[in-house]
Amino acid sequence: MAFKIIVCAKQVPDTNEITIDFEKGTLKRDGVPSIMNPDDANALEEALRIKDMYPNVHITVITMGPPQAKSILMEALAMGADDAVLACDKALGGSDTWATSNALAAAIEKLDGGYDLILAGRQAIDGDTAQVGPQLAEKLGIPQVTYVKELNLNSNMKNITVKRALEDGYELVKVKTPCILTATKELNTPRLMSIRGIFEACKKDTIQWNAKDLNVDVDQEVGLKASHTNVFRSFTPMPKGKGILIEADTPKESVQKLLIYLKGKHECNVIRSK
Amino acid sequence: MVIQIMNETCNLNTYKHIWVFAEQRNGKMMSVAKELIGEGHRLARQISADTKIYALLIGSGIENLVTECYQYGADGVYLIEDPLLQTFTTDGYTKVMTDAIRAYKPEIVLLGATHIGRDLAPRVAARLKTGLTADCTRLDVRIPAYIDYAKNNTTLDTSTLDSNDRNTGLLQTRPAFGGNLMATIVCPKTRPQMATVRPGVMKKLEKRDGATGELVKIKAELSQSDIRTEVVEIVKTAKKIVSLTDAEIICSGGRGLGEASGFDLLTEFADKVGGVVGASRAAVDAGWIDHMHQVGQTGTTVKPKLYFAFGISGAIQHIAGMQESNIIVAVNKDANAPIFEVADFGIVGDCHKILRELIVEWDNAEELYDAAIIK
Repeated sequence: MAFKIIVCAKQVPDTNEITIDFEKGTLKRDGVPSIMNPDDANALEEALRIKDMYPNVHITVITMGPPQAKSILMEALAMGADDAVLACDKALGGSDTWATSNALAAAIEKLDGGYDLILAGRQAIDGDTAQVGPQLAEKLGIPQVTYVKELNLNSNMKNITVKRALEDGYELVKVKTPCILTATKELNTPRLMSIRGIFEACKKDTIQWNAKDLNVDVDQEVGLKASHTNVFRSFTPMPKGKGILIEADTPKESVQKLLIYLKGKHECNVIRSK
Repeated sequence: MVIQIMNETCNLNTYKHIWVFAEQRNGKMMSVAKELIGEGHRLARQISADTKIYALLIGSGIENLVTECYQYGADGVYLIEDPLLQTFTTDGYTKVMTDAIRAYKPEIVLLGATHIGRDLAPRVAARLKTGLTADCTRLDVRIPAYIDYAKNNTTLDTSTLDSNDRNTGLLQTRPAFGGNLMATIVCPKTRPQMATVRPGVMKKLEKRDGATGELVKIKAELSQSDIRTEVVEIVKTAKKIVSLTDAEIICSGGRGLGEASGFDLLTEFADKVGGVVGASRAAVDAGWIDHMHQVGQTGTTVKPKLYFAFGISGAIQHIAGMQESNIIVAVNKDANAPIFEVADFGIVGDCHKILRELIVEWDNAEELYDAAIIK
């Protein structure tokens, strides 16, 4: 029996390339490249690392998204994944994290032969929520460890020891398969696609499933209507106006004025309270 | 208001009060827990006179923290203690927290967006089949306050908002797309409304000695077999050297620092504020500091929350590498330096003097701010 790893990945706009249209209060997304979410690439790399170390490891990459999200699946295949699934349906659009995890869980449960390990990125750079991994774990009823920065799979293919990052260190956690682990960028450095890999990937086909294939309820499980959270409003922060020149009689006074301004800035939460 | 969902009736009106997960580690309450009690206190009073703010304390041997919760503004504390809850595990904490929420039905549940809060909250929300908003930086329960915020800080067209609307529930505002976009999220159909909140954003109340409240002890229905992970050890590591690209605060120096030793003072300031030292090309070219610190088109492009430019005139190549910073503070002798064009706050003056004062006054920021607000 093969050791089956499922990697959950998301196609995201490269947020470093996004600029703001202040007139419209929206993002200028035209021409912004779409990429595989960076933490997800770490999750995939870890799966590939396990495949390099042990015989008979099978990697399936799953994503939910529009038809063009297939490009990150091709990338994953070229890096060395065995097969890839795209959950794609208009009815899945507008899903919040809970509804997304329902769709992914349905896709995972539909796969033949179950799974031993699910790897996902800690969070995606567009939403930064870090919620889908744990919500998927709950839906599937399996344990989770998030913020994984080091992973060791025992050769019995059952016991896993991970370092889970904390703000001021880490905890060493033992967990058994099957489980979900979410990857941070400290975990590894994702490999590049090889020429041979790209060639091989072109011969492989991705599986595409719609809501009906997934057997999900489009009113109560997935999509905008089923989502528990809705966007009430979205907007951009105010464009920068002219700055404030601080005038004071002494350096001490100007510094004090500056600190009062900085503390009052809502988004400037870097001056932490003691 | 009664809404039919998931074939169950979720009567929103049966949910009342605000809960804050008072995260503690090793018997010490996290700062964000106190901040959230303060914020929860503010929201509770705005919802209604009889809405209360409760702290939820989970752990083992932590009853001594109950008083601290009262002191920072909690009306009451739900305390769940069990040896199995000594260290955080997703399974253990999820079970007892979910059971408590089901039993007492709070309307709002807030957690700090820490590595623990962000692990626990989605698991709890999924088990309760309710909505969760991540990493909030602002919470509102009253539309007029939200409109006021939106008008003064955002590009949102507030004419579409009805200031008499009382049915929006908790308005949870958070940044997305790397802070380029803000979204306000609501959870209209299910309860509780859950959110994680970024540490350091909300304001804790002044500590009130002698404060007291209502203590409710909840028995944990938990067995060893419920917990499927084992925490072998918790290791604290020394503060890592943060790279320029990851830094929240960057303190950069330029030729205006006068000499190489100016960077010693700058480093002292950076250490004080938990920031990373950056430099202009001029300072690097002068041999005052290594190239790895260079910010700009030919150095590193940075986007910290707070960028200080000391004695940097503001050549285009430098500005290109730092103009996306959330807040830019410039200090320069020359009032006509181009750096002031991109700065949010500017001080014309001697960098060394300003740096020395900043080192002295930094820790007083909160007191200075509070005093200024009261005026």
